[in-house]
Formats: sequence, C-alpha cells, structure tokens
Amino acid sequence: MQGRIHSVETFGTVDGPGLRYIIFTQGCPLRCQFCHNPDTWKMSDGKMMTVQELVDDILDYLPFFQASGGGVTVSGGEPLLQCKFLIHLFKELKKYGIHTTIDTSGGLFSSSPHYLETLDELLELTDLVLLDLKQINAEKHKTLTGLSNEHILAFANHLKEKEVPVWVRHVLVPERSDFDEDLHALRSFIDTLPNVEKIEVLPYHKLGVYKYEALGTDYPLEGIEPPTEDRVRNAEMILGC
Amino acid sequence: MATETKEKLQFTGGKWETEIDVRDFIVNNFTPYAEDDSFLTGPTKSTVELWNHVMELTSKERKNGGVYDMDTKVVSTITSHGPGYLDQSKEKIVGVQTDAPFKRSLQPFGGIRMAVDAANAYGFEVDKEVQHIFTAYRKTHNQGVFDAYTPEIRAARRAGIITGLPDAYGRGRIIGDYRRVALYGVDRLIEDKQEQLRTVGANGMMSEEVIRDREEINEQIRALHELKQLAESYGFDISEPATNAEEAFQWLYFGYLAAIKEQNGAAMSLGRVSTFLDIYINRDLENGILTEEEAQELVDHFVMKLRIVKFSRTPDYNELFSGDPTWVTESIGGIANDGRPLVTKSSFRFLHTLDNLGPAPEPNLTVLWSEQLPENFKKYCAKMSIKSSAIQYENDDIMRPIYGDDYGIACCVSAMAIGKQMQFFGARANLAKALLYAVNGGKDEVSEVQVAPAYAPIEAEYLDYDEVMEKYDDMMEWLAKIYVNTLNIIHFMHDKYSYERIEMALHDKEVLRTMACGIAGLSVAADSLSAIKHAKVKTIRNEAGLVVDYEIEGDFPKYGNNDDRVDDIAVYLVKTFMEKIKHYKTYRDAVPTQSVLTITSNVVYGKKTGNTPDGRKAGEAFAPGANPMHGRDKNGALASLLSVAKLPYEDSLDGISNTFSIVPKSLGKDEDARVMNLVAMLDGYANKGGHHLNVNVFDRETLLDAMDHPEQYPQLTIRVSGYAVNFIKLTREQQIEVINRTFHESR
Repeated sequence: MQGRIHSVETFGTVDGPGLRYIIFTQGCPLRCQFCHNPDTWKMSDGKMMTVQELVDDILDYLPFFQASGGGVTVSGGEPLLQCKFLIHLFKELKKYGIHTTIDTSGGLFSSSPHYLETLDELLELTDLVLLDLKQINAEKHKTLTGLSNEHILAFANHLKEKEVPVWVRHVLVPERSDFDEDLHALRSFIDTLPNVEKIEVLPYHKLGVYKYEALGTDYPLEGIEPPTEDRVRNAEMILGC
Repeated sequence: MATETKEKLQFTGGKWETEIDVRDFIVNNFTPYAEDDSFLTGPTKSTVELWNHVMELTSKERKNGGVYDMDTKVVSTITSHGPGYLDQSKEKIVGVQTDAPFKRSLQPFGGIRMAVDAANAYGFEVDKEVQHIFTAYRKTHNQGVFDAYTPEIRAARRAGIITGLPDAYGRGRIIGDYRRVALYGVDRLIEDKQEQLRTVGANGMMSEEVIRDREEINEQIRALHELKQLAESYGFDISEPATNAEEAFQWLYFGYLAAIKEQNGAAMSLGRVSTFLDIYINRDLENGILTEEEAQELVDHFVMKLRIVKFSRTPDYNELFSGDPTWVTESIGGIANDGRPLVTKSSFRFLHTLDNLGPAPEPNLTVLWSEQLPENFKKYCAKMSIKSSAIQYENDDIMRPIYGDDYGIACCVSAMAIGKQMQFFGARANLAKALLYAVNGGKDEVSEVQVAPAYAPIEAEYLDYDEVMEKYDDMMEWLAKIYVNTLNIIHFMHDKYSYERIEMALHDKEVLRTMACGIAGLSVAADSLSAIKHAKVKTIRNEAGLVVDYEIEGDFPKYGNNDDRVDDIAVYLVKTFMEKIKHYKTYRDAVPTQSVLTITSNVVYGKKTGNTPDGRKAGEAFAPGANPMHGRDKNGALASLLSVAKLPYEDSLDGISNTFSIVPKSLGKDEDARVMNLVAMLDGYANKGGHHLNVNVFDRETLLDAMDHPEQYPQLTIRVSGYAVNFIKLTREQQIEVINRTFHESR
C-alpha cells in the first residue's frame, strides 16, 4: 500500500501532544488563502511511499514518543484524501502502541455509506483529530478557502457521534476570520461538541509566502499582516481556549 | 541550649580514610536531591557588586581590543605572583592568575615565539631579558617539536590535512583531581607521593621509564610544596584538610589556580566538583553554621573566579578556538554505580549561577545526562538551557560503563576517570581533504604540492564508488600513520619541556593515558561518497590535470536525515579511521581513541579545503563536529539527531560532538511545553546512544542584532562545538558561520 507524501517533519511540537512525527500528505481540495503549504496542493506531486517505508522510519523515534507522550500526526495537504492508506498505516502503528493524530479540514466529508464505512474504520484507529474550523460563516468560508463549510461542520458532528477526541484549531487571519460575531458563533457551535478537548488559536503568519513565489502564484493575502497580540487574546477569550 | 551541646555532624568513614579515594568519600557521604529548584536564592549584595566589577573590566577589555592587561616580565609559575583580588573585602573565594584580575600571565614554556606573538598581537611586548633567556638558555616545547618533525609532517601540517595540533600551545585536557586538596590537605598528598617514589625502581633496573617516573614524581612533590606557598601568600595554610564548606571551596580553588598559573593548556577543565562540595555545604547547613544564601554565595564567588580565567593567545590560535575559550569544564549530575543519581542541591546551585550572574560561556557547564536523572533536575536543566543557551549535555548512560561514576569531561567531550586518567590531545585530521587526495594521487588540490605519497590518481571522468573507496582506504592509512607519528613527537616534547607538574601531582601513580586523535569533515566526506555512490559525479580538471571541481548529476541521500544509505557511510568512516589509527605505536603506549569534534576549526578546515564532490564549494566552512552540513538536514531535528546518534561511541571514545540550534517557537508553544519537549528530546537522544548535544535556543534575529550592536549583548552566550562563547567575541567570519547553521524551525 502506497501513499502520496509531500515530506516528513520529525520534530513536530505543536500538532498534537508531545513530540510528533508529522507526515505531510500531498494533495488538497481546498485553496485556503492563508495556507503556508501551497506546495502540498497539487494531487500529482509528492513521492510515493509504502506503509512499510514510513513505519520503518517512524519506529526509530519510539524513545522520543515515549519520553514525551508523543506520536504520529498526519497532516497535509488533506490526509483524508488517502483514507485507505491511513488505515493501513495506523493499523501498523497501533501494533506498537503509537498515538495517532489526523490534522484535517474535514472538507471531504460526505454522508455516503461507502465513504462512511472507510472513514469510520480510520476513526477507530485514530486517537485524536486536529480539526480546522476556519470560519463559521459559510460565505466568508467560501472566500477564504474556495469551498463552503457545510461538509466540515457535518464532519465535526460526525466526530461527536463517534466520540473521537478533537482539538479545534482556528487560524486567525485579519479581515478574513477575525470578526467577533463569527468567533462567538464558532464558540456556540463548539459548545455543542462534548468531544472537543482543546481549542487553539493559530495566529496567521507569513512564513509560507516564499513558497508562493517559488510556485509562481500570486499571494492571496498580500497586504494582510499577522494579527496583533490583542486580537489573538481576544479570540482566545471568546473561544474559551 | 540544645543546639550548643549537639554533637557536630561528621563524615561517614570508608576506604577514603586510608587511601586517596575521593570517589569513595562522595558515594559514602553525598545527599541525593530529587526535589525542584524552589530552594534556590538570589545573589547577595556582595555578589552583585563583584559581578558588576567583573562586567566593567570585561567591557574595558573589549574596548582595549580583547586584552585588558598582560604580564610581560614575570614568567608565570605556581608561586610567581603575590596575591591579587577583585575586591578583598567582598570576595569569599580568593585568588587570581597574576597579581591583578584580567591581567594575563606570561607562559613561554610552550613556545617563546608564541608568547611573543600573543603579546604583540595586542600591543604588548615581552621583556627582552625573558626573550633572551628563553632563546639562549631555555628550550621550549615548540622548538623540541620542530626539531623532530620530518619534511613530510611539515608539509601535511602546512596543507591542513592535519591541523590544530598542540605543537605551538599547551595541550591541556588534563584534569587534576583538585578535590584532593580539600579532602586531604596538601601534606597528606605529599606523603602519598613520597611513598610512590619509594616504590619506583627501588630495586630494579634504572630503565628509561623508571628514570622518567622518578623525575616526574619529584617534580610533582615540588609542585605540591609550591601549592602550599601559593595559599600562604593569600594567608591560608592548606597543609591540613578543609574543615568547612568555605575552606573546601578555597582549598579546591587553590589547586585549580596552581594549575592555570603553571599551564596555559587549550582546555583547563575543572572536573566534577559540585556534588563533592555539596557534602561540605550540607554538613555546614546541618550544623547550623551556614545559610542557603551563604552557600549560594560561595558557589557564585567560586564560579565568578572560573569565569575570569584568561590566557594570552595568538591570532592563529584564536582562529582555531574562537572567542577566548578556556574550557573550565564542570561536569554535573550523572548516576552512581549503585543507581543513585549524583544530583545534589549544589548541582542546582551551580546551574543557578546562570541566573545570579547571568549567562556566560565559562565554566563550561556540562550535564551528564541519564534517563534515570530525577525529573525535577531534568526540567531545571532544560529551563536553564532555554534561558541561557549555555549548557551542554553528555550521555552518562554510555560513558558510565566505560569510565565508572567518577569521571569528568575535559574540554568539550573527552571523558576521563578523574585522577586516574589523562589524554594526549591530538586535534584532528581532515577526512574531507584526504578524499580529495585519494582522487588526485596525494597532490593537494589547493597548492598542487605532492603532500601524500604519489599513489595512482583517478583518471576516469566520472567517479566510480569502488575505485574511490579503494584509493581512499590507502590514503586514510597514510594519514593515520603520519598523524600518530606527529602526535608522538608532540607529546614526547610536551612531557619533556612543559610537563604538567601540579595537575599530575593530583593524579594516581598509575595513570591511563589515551592518544586522543580526531577527525574533521565527516559530514562532507560522507555526503561526497554518497553523491559518488547514488548520483553521478563528474570530475573537472585544471590544466595540470588535477581534479579541482565536481559536477553532480542527480540527487543523493544526505547525512542528517536518518537515511541509512548515507549514514552507514559516515559510520564506516568513523570505524575505519579508528581501526587505522590502532595500527601504529603510540608514545608512552597510550590507548588510541578519536573524537568527532572540530571546536571552531571547522571554519579554518573549510578554508583550506578545495571543492568537494558533495557540492560544497572551496573555502566553505565544514559543519562543526559530527553535525550534518548546514541546511542539508531536511526531515527535522530528530532525524538529524538520529543520524548523529548512529556514529559508534565505542569507535569514538573521545567524544562525538553535536551542536543543535532551535528557535524558541519551534521548541513548543509555551514555556512549559518547551521544557517538556527539550527533556523528551534529550531523553530520546540518550536512549538512542547519542553522545553529546549542545543546546541553543534563540532566534537568528537576535544574533544578527548582536552583530550590529555588540555593546547591548555583553553576556549573549551560545554553544558552538563543545563549548560556549560570548557571541560578540567571535570573529565576524565565525559569527556568520554560526548564523548560517541549521536552525530548526517547524513548518
């Protein structure tokens, strides 16, 4: 079984508990304006890697996971584009008791029975989902990401039903996702999800700008600066971080 | 009152009472501490005032071009100078190298020319009479070495295939067991040496060895008498054991002071004193004659003295060992053979000096890390690392089985049993250049001089891995031989002309000696071979037919990504060169070892080495120590650590240095997370068998700003390669090299 992988980062410290081995999968249906990994968008890029190759490498890091309560986080790209691959990967990781996390937008969610069967099998093997709730307002969500948030919210509700632990993450972008009324609405939505263990505000940063230049793409947030510390604190207050 | 009649707490007896055995004293008397840092106290008024005084002198020294004052007339010996003080009314621990702080001593025994050059470089002039004496009547180490060097050795040295050699400066890396002075008093140590003398060659043949041993022991006894005189000049009688904590610090420091007055070795390391001294502190606290504030004050004042150790160095020397380092290495922590962590409250107190006095490169604070250390201590170390970037970590779990539980680190990464072992410091051989010699049949790619034997060069346009490896093997064999020969000469002459009398007086009679060889350019050599093996490497020749550049077609695995395809090559090189060193006889039958450590000479090595097949351009700096080349470790920090951890310690017993820099944000979201993550990282690295790690936590921007505004960063400390420096004391070239290193940042 092979997956399409963009790269790995062996010292992840912010994407889940402890020290994380992060697998960035290749390919994403969204086009988030603030994305700092636009090089993971294209479905055809990246390199093919087998489950075995990844597991062999990951096992080298067991002492770090054990010392920190860490594990493996699959990020992207959109990892749920490769559900079957993740099932195989996580099955292997679970043999070694490794903590598994998926970092997803949930944008691919569908209620078709066929899709749900695969998804639920994966969720059985998943210890934590990092769920990006980028904008509760459907219109603004479309501007920000290119797609509506309807599937994402349905996905959140599905995770609630399945009682999968979730950390909600909200990327705070001035003029896009930093409006008090939306933050309050987001908070109300999160309050309906008892499986949410943690809420994090991720201040938008410009570290990915050079990648747009390298890809020859216009930077969609040209002229927008990272949020002030005050606005970050405000969002954290409203969301109850 | 009850407290007055209470019997004073005494030490637990043991073997240490009948034999010189400091370790036995420690394990019988130390009090392990597993709680947190909340007991620590801030600096006293005296401490603050003394430190301000030191910082003023530091600032004057910098404005004066790097040297504040220098003795140009009185040759430094244990007893050469009268007492000197920072501020006698405030100092709890006294003693400086000359008659005033920041006045560097004159030490010509290593080489009079070096002493003269060092003075000239800073606008001083060595007294004519002294110059005359050391030219006309008294030969020095440096002259002896050059008398014995062959033309081949001189050529190899000039080309920079072996370099950094201690043939023009004191070899250092010998740790006297300074604790013995406090525990036994000097008279007992003299008696012990006299007893040793009686047993050496008393009834047998007067062989060369016996004659040498008898002369050396007599020199040691003489040095011990001088040590007593040194203490007397400050008003102390140290013939008897120290009776309280303050005396224990002072006695021990006199031992160390004598060593640095007599020797200007590159690394003048202290050993492992904090837990030893804690026993005295603890007894005084229990007996009610010392408070915690006073205990911390003793530590602060002692450490202050260690921070102002200074030597006169030449500009050449500063290129190799940039930033005026002295390697007053103090080893803290570790686990006793019986499983108890050797962490005491004083382990905390020593690290706490980084708060009370602010960060500083010296003493070179080295934590002997073990997964078994108490969690609270681990967290405190991590916290102080994040704050100060002044701490290095070495893996006690892999060293303890080899050196026991009373070893210390000399210099950067060299473990040795204290008082029982010493090393012949051997700097390093350039493995990257040796690879180029293999390609060019022993001709230097820069000077075009035939330095190595004229083996058949490679003639093909594209490099073939097997052919290169065969030739490289021959070249390494030659390099190992000339290298060991060179070191034999150096250490023969150092013993003869600049013997470390007081340091060796604080050793047992039977001393294990190691010949500490070393390699530089490991990551360049490994990546070059990986390119040859996994991509296609085309040779570019100059008019004379010498290969001077390489073109790489295709990609190849690079060391630093936990990729066995190249990491195995690095492992192979370490094992192979160690094997080759073992082929040759060493001076005084020293046990051969090697290190993967460059100190800051990775810059000089790079300068002297042409284009390499990994794509590195001529003159570009090598990575320091065992580090992957800058920017080639693409899979994050842990992958980089794992590549280095694969290098076999058993084939590199003199240490494997790794320098790690990370920006605070990438270490974790907040202070707590950063501490936890750093602890986990160190635990994981130790578990994987990694040997050494320098930990730097700061943003690149801080360094850039410090380059422009040095006056605002008088105490900015960074770890380079086995030691720490004041960033602003580095040359501009070194500063840029540090800034170009991989800073681990998460995506």
